[in-house]
Amino acid sequence: MNLLSLAAPSLQTLSYLVVAFVSVAIAISLSRRITISQRAVRCRIFSGLTDLRLLRLCMGTLLLTIFLGLLGLEIGEYPIPRFEAIKTALWSRGGEFDFVVNSLRFPRVLAALLAGFCLAISGALFQSLLGNPLVSPDVIGINTGAALCAVFVLTVGADLSVLPWAAFVGAVLTAILIYSLAWKQGVNGSRLVLIGIGINALLASGITYLMVKYPIERVVAAARWQVGSLFGSSWSDVRILTLGVVIITPLALLLVPKLRLLQLGDELAIGLGSRVEMERMAIIVVASAYAAIAVAVIGPLGFVALLVPHMVRLIVGPLTGGGLLLTGLVGALFLLGCDLVAQQLFAPTTLPVGVVTAALGGPYFLFILVRYNRAL
Amino acid sequence: MVNLETSEVVLSYGSKRVVDDLDFIVPEGKITAIIGPNGSGKSTCLRGLARVLRPAEGVITLNGRDIHAQPTKAVAKQIGLLPQGPTTPSGVTVLDLVRRGRYPHQRLFDQWSTEDELAVRNALVLTGLEDDPDQYVDHLSGGQRQRAWIAMALAQETDLMLLDEPTTHLDIAHQVEVLDLLRDLNRTEGRTVVMVLHDINQGCRYADHVVAMNNGRIANQGAPEEVVNSRMMQEVFGLAAVVISDPVTGTPLCVPDATDKGAGSEA
Repeated sequence: MNLLSLAAPSLQTLSYLVVAFVSVAIAISLSRRITISQRAVRCRIFSGLTDLRLLRLCMGTLLLTIFLGLLGLEIGEYPIPRFEAIKTALWSRGGEFDFVVNSLRFPRVLAALLAGFCLAISGALFQSLLGNPLVSPDVIGINTGAALCAVFVLTVGADLSVLPWAAFVGAVLTAILIYSLAWKQGVNGSRLVLIGIGINALLASGITYLMVKYPIERVVAAARWQVGSLFGSSWSDVRILTLGVVIITPLALLLVPKLRLLQLGDELAIGLGSRVEMERMAIIVVASAYAAIAVAVIGPLGFVALLVPHMVRLIVGPLTGGGLLLTGLVGALFLLGCDLVAQQLFAPTTLPVGVVTAALGGPYFLFILVRYNRAL
Repeated sequence: MVNLETSEVVLSYGSKRVVDDLDFIVPEGKITAIIGPNGSGKSTCLRGLARVLRPAEGVITLNGRDIHAQPTKAVAKQIGLLPQGPTTPSGVTVLDLVRRGRYPHQRLFDQWSTEDELAVRNALVLTGLEDDPDQYVDHLSGGQRQRAWIAMALAQETDLMLLDEPTTHLDIAHQVEVLDLLRDLNRTEGRTVVMVLHDINQGCRYADHVVAMNNGRIANQGAPEEVVNSRMMQEVFGLAAVVISDPVTGTPLCVPDATDKGAGSEA
């Protein structure tokens, strides 16, 4: 990326941004006012509690996401009329816009949505399990573990198709390593965090070593991937993400009641009939798997997993099944929004989306740090 | 009813034996208080009974079968545990907390049955929290918060409740309030209560059965009148004390001897 070629964003782009920020702020403050209204749903074999507030928030987020997704198909260096874009993407393949819509923009939009979903849920599971808003896969080294393996693939110049799998293996191995190092007659949350931070530093130094050791032209590709970029997302990326989401999400929803029990502390959880170690291990594996598939495809994108779950929890309270889905949806919306900003802000030069999430996430990180000293 | 027994149980942390050779049958339908000096193994004993700590030797049986060989969720329908100073998840409301106590009764697709709702309502009414169940637990006073935790344990609807120092960090009025509540539960609903108490006089006042522990063993057990006397105080606590009859309830009341010998003669 040549920084000198960055043009100042046009007045129009800036005004769009301001409008977007203000409306997000208004949406958040409005959503906090919706009162909790829970209804029990029961039939012969099923019973459950639904939270109408969560349902409304999910619907609202979904609508916004669809709107942003359409915008993602339309705008770019080569603007496409809205209806044409929808038509080409959904039912009328081929035609004038086929390449731009179906090869460039549509997979990119879907990859952003799915990766955002995965990262946010991963963060929500980690944060709720360990009762610490600063814990997310990027802080405890899961993302870095995935990145180390991927950078290794990039720098030694191996076949790029193995990159997602390398990242996946790296993330899961890191999770297992952290968990087993933190195991001492059970896993204690804060010990796991400290070990995770240590492992993160260790893995990061491994990446630096690879970057120094190998020739510059390969290192540049690795460096760009490391910031987290949706550039060049393909249908095979979307397939990997979709498969991951479809397989892991039901498991995550099953684990939510067990997670809510673990939040009460080990003794109470055992007293209430939880198989503590097994269930905590299962939650960590599921949360790592979410992070892994996202990192495998778009790189170790920071701050989404930290910021989104915390924000959602501030609005809707402790984790529930519906809250988990809402977190995922907000994550999808957030990452797509960030990617559009990354593409448009300095158009025609595009930024890696990781730059935008970091620019928003950094200040939020500080906000959490300051707030965490008082509550939540 | 539940029948919880330990036979020759040894509980240890690592290689350190904390409770040795414990033979104990939980008296059904009664309130039992476990008393003893710091480090005597009271809490450890309770943790063993609640299957939080696996015995190094010996067996703990629930209704005749090894408690660790039974599905833990099935055990959780019969035994409830309230540990000392439980961690409150941030941002949790009273209602949310109490609902979590229903976990052992919930199944994969049966997450919120009518019984669950009734049990939660009942627990909130019994603890006097039904007026504002949407308050944050973090914002409650110490006594109210302890009530919320007890409500959670009540919602679990177990015949046996194990409580580790349910009155710590509470002022005297709240201590009495909590203990009165437990006694009411025992008298009206027939629940068996086993609790670790620091205050011997409260133990005597509220319990039907007192277990005095010392150095990881049961030194003495029985009705308060049989167990609590000045000899036991000397042997178990190493404290010279006079035991008189409580002017209100007639139960034993311990008054430590004057350490300043001059104080007694002045009176």
